Order: sequence, then structure tokens, then C-alpha cells
Amino acid sequence: MTEGIHPIASLLAALARGITGVQVLWAGCEPDERQRIYFANHTSHLDFVVLWSALPSEIRVNARPIAARDYWEETSLRRYLAESVFKAVLVERGAVPKSKSHDEGKFVGRSMIEDLAAALGEHNSLILFPEGTRGNGEKIGEFRGGLYHLGLRRPDVELVPAYLENMNRILPKGEYLPVPMLSLLTFGKPIQVEPDENKDVFLERAREAVSCLRRIGPA
Amino acid sequence: MMIAIHDSILMWLFGGVICLLVVLTIVGSGLKRSHNSNVSRVTIDNFNAQIAAWWKMCVVLALSLVFGRIGSLVLFAMLSFLAMREYLTLVPTRRGDHRTLFWSFFVIMPLQYCVLGFHWYVLLAIMIPILACVFIPTSIAVAGDTAHFVERAGKIQFGLMVCGYCLSHAAALLQLKIPGFAGHPARLLLYLGLVVQMNDLLQYVWGKLIGKHKIAWRVSPDKTWEGFLGGMLSATALGTLLWWATPFTPLQSAGLSFLICILGFAGGVVMSAIKRDIGIKDFGGVIERRGGILDRIDSLCFAAPIFFHVVRYYFAPWP
Repeated sequence: MTEGIHPIASLLAALARGITGVQVLWAGCEPDERQRIYFANHTSHLDFVVLWSALPSEIRVNARPIAARDYWEETSLRRYLAESVFKAVLVERGAVPKSKSHDEGKFVGRSMIEDLAAALGEHNSLILFPEGTRGNGEKIGEFRGGLYHLGLRRPDVELVPAYLENMNRILPKGEYLPVPMLSLLTFGKPIQVEPDENKDVFLERAREAVSCLRRIGPA
Repeated sequence: MMIAIHDSILMWLFGGVICLLVVLTIVGSGLKRSHNSNVSRVTIDNFNAQIAAWWKMCVVLALSLVFGRIGSLVLFAMLSFLAMREYLTLVPTRRGDHRTLFWSFFVIMPLQYCVLGFHWYVLLAIMIPILACVFIPTSIAVAGDTAHFVERAGKIQFGLMVCGYCLSHAAALLQLKIPGFAGHPARLLLYLGLVVQMNDLLQYVWGKLIGKHKIAWRVSPDKTWEGFLGGMLSATALGTLLWWATPFTPLQSAGLSFLICILGFAGGVVMSAIKRDIGIKDFGGVIERRGGILDRIDSLCFAAPIFFHVVRYYFAPWP
């Protein structure tokens, strides 16, 4: 991505930061321009904007969100936001790991990995919400397989877990007006797919890496 | 319009506070540098944190003096907003509370300050205690989630009371028109702030010096009966000595200071109890950079509305 940041993206990022007053903590690593995949829990539409705005601008320019095609292509406003403003990588949703028997899921998964690998390219970073959909904030849902396949394919890219706190209370699924509570964003220690690591084991480990960053409420 | 620049008594009083703070800051940084083993590191850090907090309060007061009537309202409305935000961030709410919370933040709290700005005294007094008290449970009920219903309505109502109602009454002092005391309402706010803070400080000092019998030890282990009584009496004495800057006689000033001290204590223990309940030590602890307003207004929050209503009732029939 060479054309820089869309002005509306900057505006929305500033707005999201103002509403959430997000406080960013780099607990497990430092901000770095190297290629990374940031993966976080997902409870709100603000999640991506907040996470993205928390990155230093030189990293932000090359950081692209991964978004579900079926949702973000539904209306023209969504499509405009996803494609033109945030330059999202639109993908089919990956299959939940337990449903391995679904051949269709596997097939979709494979083409998704192609898309994601292409989007990473030589110097982009990605922002991914492996739950695939917004949860209720109480428990992190099961991770879908994309993170694993991407980690296998690009072992040089760091997988950085992040936990977004309170976002579901600020703008929960189904609401369109935010309540300005404070949010916390914690980046954890990067993980990698270990050699010979089973997919389910890795995904569970990745989920644990995210959930252990929680600072408010029950751990 | 500036409320206070022409008020020389206020300027002397405020100047005195600033001088005191300058001295305390120098002492504090001196203590921090010297490696005196008689005083523990934690105590010195607490001392310095407290001085930093007092500086911030002075800045808020100075700004509200400079900005004038409307400016001070906006300033306190912002403080209310930030305090409410801090409170709700840490107090658990449920998904079904979302719209109620939105109304609390963006309608009820701004309305409270508008009402104050227009000097609608009755509405100021009843808006959150009565109107919001009816609105909040209704709105939660309409949203449909009945789990922990009473608890949730209570949490939101209490947040509005402390952050909206109580804090707005500190700002309301600046709006009082007391016959024979026109143009000096800022002195009342300074008076309230000084007595509350001196009470906090002196309770701490007396508690350290002669404290033995615990009071509310489950909530604040540091609080003792000796500290409470000693602090209250000495802060009342100090408040009494400030009578010349207020519309009160020395006796009235003593009575009001006494009232402020008791309420300051009440605010302090209640906020500590809330923190215990949530399981945190300071409101600013988890949300470091943006937190801590509730820690600062704890002893002020109960004193402000009652002091305001008493003063208004006896000294300033609202226009």
C-alpha cells in the first residue's frame, strides 16, 4: 500500500480514540515496523479502528484489517468503508476448526489463505480477529483456522496477540450509539506455529495468549 | 466575565494556598532525594502524589475562576463526564444497560448542568434523585434484561448521583447569589475544598500520631477514631478561622466546617468501600493515565451537595 492513509480513516481513528480513551500497553513486545499479524478478541465494530489507531503511524500505513466479505459487502456504505477507507482484505469466513468434516469449509479456507498471503506481500501487516465474528465479551470464542495456516505459510511474520477490553460495553453488537467507557488495549508476546504443531493445539494456545492479557474483570 | 480577579480576599487566600503548595512541593522533592530511612518510601510517594493532586485541584479552581460562569459550568461538566466514565469502566454493567448508559452520559448529565446554568433550583435538586431514578429502571426494564435488575439500576443511579449530582453541586456554589456577598461565590468553593482537604490530611496525620482504635477497618485499615476526631476537630478549627473570607459568622463557619468534615469522612469511606467491592486499590490503578478523578473527589462528593443546600437554604434564597 503506497497511497497512504485515507483521510476518513484518520478521522474515524481519532474519533474512536476519543470515545474509547484507549490506553495502549505494549506488554509483550515493542511497536515495530516488521511484518506482523495482530490478532485480537472481537466484540465490537470499533475493535479494528481502535487497534489500528493504537499503532504508530509508520506501522499503521501498512496495516490492513481482514474483514468478512459476506458482512462488509452487504451495503454500499460498508463496502466503501472496508474497501476504500480502510483497505480491508475481504475474505470468506474460515471454518471453525471443529467442523473439519465439511469439505466446503476446507476449500473456502484454502482460497482465503491465498488471499491473505497475497495481502501480506513483502511489507504489509494484517489485523485479524480469529473468532470470525463479534462475541459478547464474556468469553473469547473458538478461533478459526486462518491464523494457523497463515502462520505456517509465513513463519517469518510475527503473530502478535492483543486484548481489547470493554469494547463490547462501548459499542456492542447491534447498537449504533457508543457509550464512552474507557478501553484498554494490551499487546502480548508474539507467538509462532511450532514445528509439527497440531492446528487445534495451536489455535487453543493462540486463544490463551489473547485471553491472558485481560486486565479488568474475571480472568 | 471573570468572577474572581477583582476579589482581593480570594486572591490572597488562593495565593496563600499556592505558596503553601510550593513549600510542600519543595519539601516533597527534598524528601524523595534524601535517603532518610526514618520515613518509608511508600509514605513519601503518597505524600508527593497527594501534593500533585492538590496542584491539579488548584488548576481546576483557577481555570473555573478565569473562565467565568459558563466556563466553570463546562469545566465541571467535563469533570463529571470523566468521573462517570471512570466509574462505569470499573463497575460491571450488562449488555441490556447500553441505552440507559447512553442516556445517562449524553442526556441526563448535560441536562443537570444546563439546569444549573439556568438556575432552575428545584429541577437541579430533583432531576437526578427523582427524575433519573424513575427513568433508569424504566429504561432498563424496557430493554428487557431482568437479571440483576435492582443491582444494575442501583449502580447506574449511584454513578449519576456521585459523578453528576454531587459534583455539579460543587459547581453550583459558584452560581450562588448571597445577599451582601455578591461577586464572591468562588470563595465558597475554595472554602469547601480547603476544609475537605485539610480534614483528609489532618485525619491522616492524627491517625499516624496517636491512632489506636480502628474505625471501619474492613474498608480503610488506616482510619482510626483518634484520627477521625482529631482531624475533624482541627480541620473544623481551621475552617472556623477562615470565617472572614465567607459570608458566615465564626460560629456558623465552625458549624459548617464541622458538617463538611463529617461528610468528607463519609465520602471517603463510601468510595473506599466501592473500591473494595470492585477489587481495586485506586480508581486510577487499572486505568493509569486516565484514571484517578474519583480518587480525588471522594471526600468532596458528599460534602458538596449538602454544603450547597445548607448554604442556599440559610444564606441565599435562590432567585
